[in-house]
Amino acid sequence: MKKEIVGMLLAGGEGKRLGLLTKHLAKPAVHFGGKYRIIDFTLSNCSNSKIHTVGVLTQYSPLELNRHIGIGKPWDMDRQRDGLATLSPYTAQDGGSWYKGTADAISQNIHYIDQYDPEYILVISGDHIYQMDYRKMLEQHKETGSEATISVMEVPWDEASRFGILNTRENLEIYEFDEKPANPKNNLASMGIYIFTWASLRNYLIEDMKKEDSSHDFGKDIIPAMLNDDHRMFAYRFDGYWKDVGTVKSYWEANMDLLEEDLSLSLNNREWRTYSHDSHYPPHYVDQDGKVNNSLVTSGSWISGSVNHSVLFERVDIGKGSVVEDSILHPSVSVGSDCTIKRAIIMEETVIPDETVINGEQYDEPVVINQQNIADFNGVKGGR
Amino acid sequence: MKELMGLINIEHEHDFLEELTYFRCGAATPFAGRYRLIDFTLSNMVNSGVDEVAVFTNHKYRSIMDHLSTGADWELARRHGGIFILPPDWNDPSDISKGDLRHFHNNRDYFHRSTAEHVVISGSQFLANMKYERAFERHLETDADVTCITVPVENVLPEHSPQLRINEDENGWVTGFSNDPENKNVFSNVYIIKKDLLLKLVDQCIAYHKDHFFMDGIKDNLPDLAIQSFHYRGYTMFINSVESFYRNNMSLLEPDHFKSLFFKNHYIRTKTSNEPPVKYKEDSSVSSSMLANGCVVEGEVQDSVLFRGVNVAKNATIKNSVIMQRCKVEEGAYLENVILDKDVHVSSGQKLIGSKEKPFIAAKRQRI
Repeated sequence: MKKEIVGMLLAGGEGKRLGLLTKHLAKPAVHFGGKYRIIDFTLSNCSNSKIHTVGVLTQYSPLELNRHIGIGKPWDMDRQRDGLATLSPYTAQDGGSWYKGTADAISQNIHYIDQYDPEYILVISGDHIYQMDYRKMLEQHKETGSEATISVMEVPWDEASRFGILNTRENLEIYEFDEKPANPKNNLASMGIYIFTWASLRNYLIEDMKKEDSSHDFGKDIIPAMLNDDHRMFAYRFDGYWKDVGTVKSYWEANMDLLEEDLSLSLNNREWRTYSHDSHYPPHYVDQDGKVNNSLVTSGSWISGSVNHSVLFERVDIGKGSVVEDSILHPSVSVGSDCTIKRAIIMEETVIPDETVINGEQYDEPVVINQQNIADFNGVKGGR
Repeated sequence: MKELMGLINIEHEHDFLEELTYFRCGAATPFAGRYRLIDFTLSNMVNSGVDEVAVFTNHKYRSIMDHLSTGADWELARRHGGIFILPPDWNDPSDISKGDLRHFHNNRDYFHRSTAEHVVISGSQFLANMKYERAFERHLETDADVTCITVPVENVLPEHSPQLRINEDENGWVTGFSNDPENKNVFSNVYIIKKDLLLKLVDQCIAYHKDHFFMDGIKDNLPDLAIQSFHYRGYTMFINSVESFYRNNMSLLEPDHFKSLFFKNHYIRTKTSNEPPVKYKEDSSVSSSMLANGCVVEGEVQDSVLFRGVNVAKNATIKNSVIMQRCKVEEGAYLENVILDKDVHVSSGQKLIGSKEKPFIAAKRQRI
């Protein structure tokens, strides 16, 4: 079955810097934005861009991730001959191995891609928050006759040294890739979104597999090798909202960004919906003592306290007299009465006893609370 | 346990909701923020382990078909069994059946094909969060022909008046059906019946030119049948008029009522819709209200039910109202005791005020 383009979604990363949040689940499966998981944004982008052949590469702690994506139904990817495929590491007659890098994950699944005999392949990663029409990027890829197109966004010059920077000519043709340059020559940062002409990438992947010293990474190995051979490669400018939720702080910030009035990414955009699983919880209820401002609240929740500038997932209870501010409360969190919670991320199913005080304002990163560590926090009655 | 199959029979339900049922049947009327009336019965069936359910519809069934679709949201999209939406379509020239007997007669295959020996039959106007298991157990234990689920009510309300009342002996055997307004044992229109008996009574009713299966086949045959009454004592409501629709929406805003209907036993299932969380803006002020996903609230909402995707602009006020899906209430508008059907647009500065007894109703897609 021939397909013009196949999407390969990298979702195997551990996301070490997210600490407790990824202790038991893969980063793409981390809850985000009141009812979503991080991977929903890229899967929805594929669906909205009419790319319905998508391989999802999983490796680290995949149970919840696999259950969440299933056969791809929420994204209309439950199809008879193509659709979503979960591609986990496997063994075969010649042995088998874990995915050793982003490029290796694709290399090990060349046979999956070859089934569809595609002209192009889209490589994206399941841990970024953005809304993007990949069709426009593909259009540019075709127009420029590129072997590879890399999506970029402008970053402030003083931050450029934190990113992988693409040095481009005026027409956006890439001549150099600078990973975290000390003295950046440009401020166009790679967003980790690639479109390749499959025939060309296929050769590079096979070559790369043979190299023992390679780290099998797109940024470190494949892109530099292609540039080295003078292939036509272009940057594709993206000026919408994009965020890599790599750390607890950026995870918290990205959630809080959703509360901004003029954010270009909108969950309410009916032309570009973000799809996820829906539950059978009733509407949420705010009682006569409840007060909610500047927040996201999801079905099944019960608000008797005061909630300000926070993101509440499904089935969250806020007891009477409690104050929740600048916080993220994952599904089925229950906050007792007269608690104060500031700048905290409370993980799924944590029960917070009455009169608990959690103040994350004193730390650099917001505090991450689960049922195990809650008693360790200062200010908890009966705690240390 | 012997298997139970389900039937939701809305053939004899009237379009009681004025503007709200101009274009939909009563069973498809939106209720409580994200549901339609039929969801409660259907969820109760599914959550009681019933995995094949037929729906006898007779008119304006587009919204029912759209809503139930393949039944996937109720886990009824099955290889075998699942949901059967059965609109009136019959072409048998020798057919002399009338009323809902036409449904039973023309859809005999549904009953024949199933291996279940008993059928639970319900309308859509009785709302509760209940399991039928205990009633079914009693039905089997007592070897009843029919088991009627009844609600012993404390106060008789207007919505109870169209319901049959049931007299019974000390062992729960039904001794009479009546319309006696003093009788507080209200029939819920939910009953379990032996399948063989059902088919026999259908033949009998048709032969005598009858047109109402329960009234003619069961109620009028009481002397020949062993009918049990099973009391259900949980939170219940009957929705059979605009007045009861509005009052029960409002009554659900009592925390205890809300919890009894939605957090007891199981969750009520409905067609899911992928709406984002509710967005509360800086100046929002919301109290004693339920809000379904997808709403954006900047104004004031008090004692109200907001369905999915409702937009409440700055300085707009909504009190004691039921606002259905995707309505837009613009800046400075004031709504009190109002029911807005889907997609109504209230422009800025408008004032709509109804009374508690007679709420102001705006039909679908109006611009006010």
